[in-house]
Amino acid sequence: MTTIQPNDGDSKNLRSTDRPAEPSADLFVPQPLDSTVREELAAPAPTFWKEAMERLFKNKGALVSLILLIILGAMALIGPSMNEFTYREQHIPHSNLPPKVAGLEWLGFDGKDVNGVDQYAQRGVETNYWFGTDEFGRDLWTRVWKGTQISLFIALVAAFLDLVIGVIYGGISAYYGGRIDNVMQRIIEILTGIPNLIVIILFILILEPGIRSIILAMIITGWVGMARVVRGQMLQLKGQEFVLASRTLGASDSRLMRKHLLPNVMGPIIVTVMFTIPTAIFFEAFLSFIGLGLQAPLASLGVLIEDGYDAIRSFPYKLLIPAVVISLVMICFNLLADGLRDALDPKMRK
Amino acid sequence: MTQELKEHHDANAGQKDLLVVNNLKKHFRLDRKTVLKAVDGISFSIKEGETLGLVGESGCGKSTVGRTLTRIYEPTDGELEFDGLKIKGRLDRKTKKRINRDVQMIFQDPYSSLNPRMTVSEIISEGLVIHNPDMSPKEREKRVHELLQLVGLNKNHAGRYPHEFSGGQRQRIGIARALAVEPKFIVADEPIAALDVSIQAQIVNLLKELQEDRGLTYLFIAHDLSMVKYISDRIAVMYLGKIVELAGSDELYEKPLHPYTQALLSAIPLPDPEKERTREQIVLTGDVPSPTDIPSGCRFRTRCPFAMDSCAVIDPEFREVEPGHSVACHLYDAEIMEKEGKELKTV
Repeated sequence: MTTIQPNDGDSKNLRSTDRPAEPSADLFVPQPLDSTVREELAAPAPTFWKEAMERLFKNKGALVSLILLIILGAMALIGPSMNEFTYREQHIPHSNLPPKVAGLEWLGFDGKDVNGVDQYAQRGVETNYWFGTDEFGRDLWTRVWKGTQISLFIALVAAFLDLVIGVIYGGISAYYGGRIDNVMQRIIEILTGIPNLIVIILFILILEPGIRSIILAMIITGWVGMARVVRGQMLQLKGQEFVLASRTLGASDSRLMRKHLLPNVMGPIIVTVMFTIPTAIFFEAFLSFIGLGLQAPLASLGVLIEDGYDAIRSFPYKLLIPAVVISLVMICFNLLADGLRDALDPKMRK
Repeated sequence: MTQELKEHHDANAGQKDLLVVNNLKKHFRLDRKTVLKAVDGISFSIKEGETLGLVGESGCGKSTVGRTLTRIYEPTDGELEFDGLKIKGRLDRKTKKRINRDVQMIFQDPYSSLNPRMTVSEIISEGLVIHNPDMSPKEREKRVHELLQLVGLNKNHAGRYPHEFSGGQRQRIGIARALAVEPKFIVADEPIAALDVSIQAQIVNLLKELQEDRGLTYLFIAHDLSMVKYISDRIAVMYLGKIVELAGSDELYEKPLHPYTQALLSAIPLPDPEKERTREQIVLTGDVPSPTDIPSGCRFRTRCPFAMDSCAVIDPEFREVEPGHSVACHLYDAEIMEKEGKELKTV
């Protein structure tokens, strides 16, 4: 800001002619306030979801996680077909080759084993294995992305079960209440009383170990958390006056559920789904790691970690790569869930 | 009450009863042994175009009465007759639909009575969607705009969400929702209790205007005695699940008969500070007994300054002691008073 000097001729002129010496009240004429115009000018209100998404994208951790998850998902889909190998094709002469990528030698992808010997040069291997090979000469790049595919598939199934069984079970239990609620809650208590591991072992006795047993075990117990969250929320909403108003108008049960109850529990539902997903992924990896999960030659991240764990001293890359991928998936889902919870929590609203 | 309203009330006297409630009971079973008797045998009738005020302290069952009338609760016992139709137990589709249209409710809390995920237009048009499914979206929109104007809002408000409005505006939206299906009878469950005093008057006046224009009948539930007097033609006083006194609103304020009504009215502060200083206040001792464990005989006897021996034994009958003025108290029962050897209170 420039200050006007008293000896400045220009400002003196201005002061004496155009401007009154002191600003007085009559200089300001109030503009009549027309409330209807104000209503028209006001921007349309952002909907709940728009606002929530805005808040989510402001959260850097959640945004980065979302992008990483999209990349990981895309890699899981296209990764296995990016080179000429399949996840089950064995090639014994190429067994236990360390990872090598042309141009990424400085990062450790140089084809040298723990003793510093370039295995590719020594064995005269022409093709580069980006993530190396396992003891049967199977390409780890393909196997890792195949494993990610399975982990994400498990995630999808877990989310689907949560949304279908969990939401419907919890919704019915809370909406009808009374004796129905009582019976349904006792069933849940019995189900949670049985450890997951026992359920899966029982299924393995009947079926062979594999993805089918894991999914069956999740069908039995995986949705319990969601059912409880939905029931709690619905019980709270059921007595709210807007639900009573709708009932006074004669709304049907399905209308009440669709228009009044479900939209108001959508936030907690999404957050719960996002927290169930990493748990399910970890459950599968854990089962595979202890040998109850997927069987060879199928690859899941848990299976790969277990294989790598056996050879951790001589071939650390076998453990490191799948471990990094599964950690990334889990951390990303957790951070995204955290971000969503903050974005959807009504208490955070201004 | 103004002279004009008095005439309004008298004019209604000859009209037919829109709602007749006879010995209505609503009990809630809490567990195997305890039963909460929220409403324990009340009878009244409301004439077409009339406003019946229902007052009483918190927990006396006022809201339960309102919710039973709108069929949110199913009555435990008693008869309900609306416009010549018995409305109790399972109803056939047609009757149910009619009741859902003709009987509407305005709620106490303007913050929880509107669904936060719906726009104002969706909220108001819900009744239209349910009852006139053939209405085109354009007609519906037009109707919503009309209703908004009717309750003193702007048509630009239609696309907004409830959280953008103030308490008074939200209550107006609630009123518009109730009016959308053109009801005959509206239960107003403490519609002004959650609002600022300045807004309260606006909402009450809006309700009165709507009543005059559309011939609505109200059951006005409240605990603010001066507001109730202003809007009601007759007032019923409830205590612990029963009506203890029912009279025209002027009559009730000038000549309260039941000791409970007298105590309630003596609690109203007077606007004149001189008079306020000398105001005699009847202070009731003790708390309201629990509705799960109602005292024998007269339920007010534990706090009544005039309690007698008979009060613990005989439940006072709700009788008309004067034309249009009923009370449930032994003090006005010649037989009991004679037995007690006391002088009958003159009306």
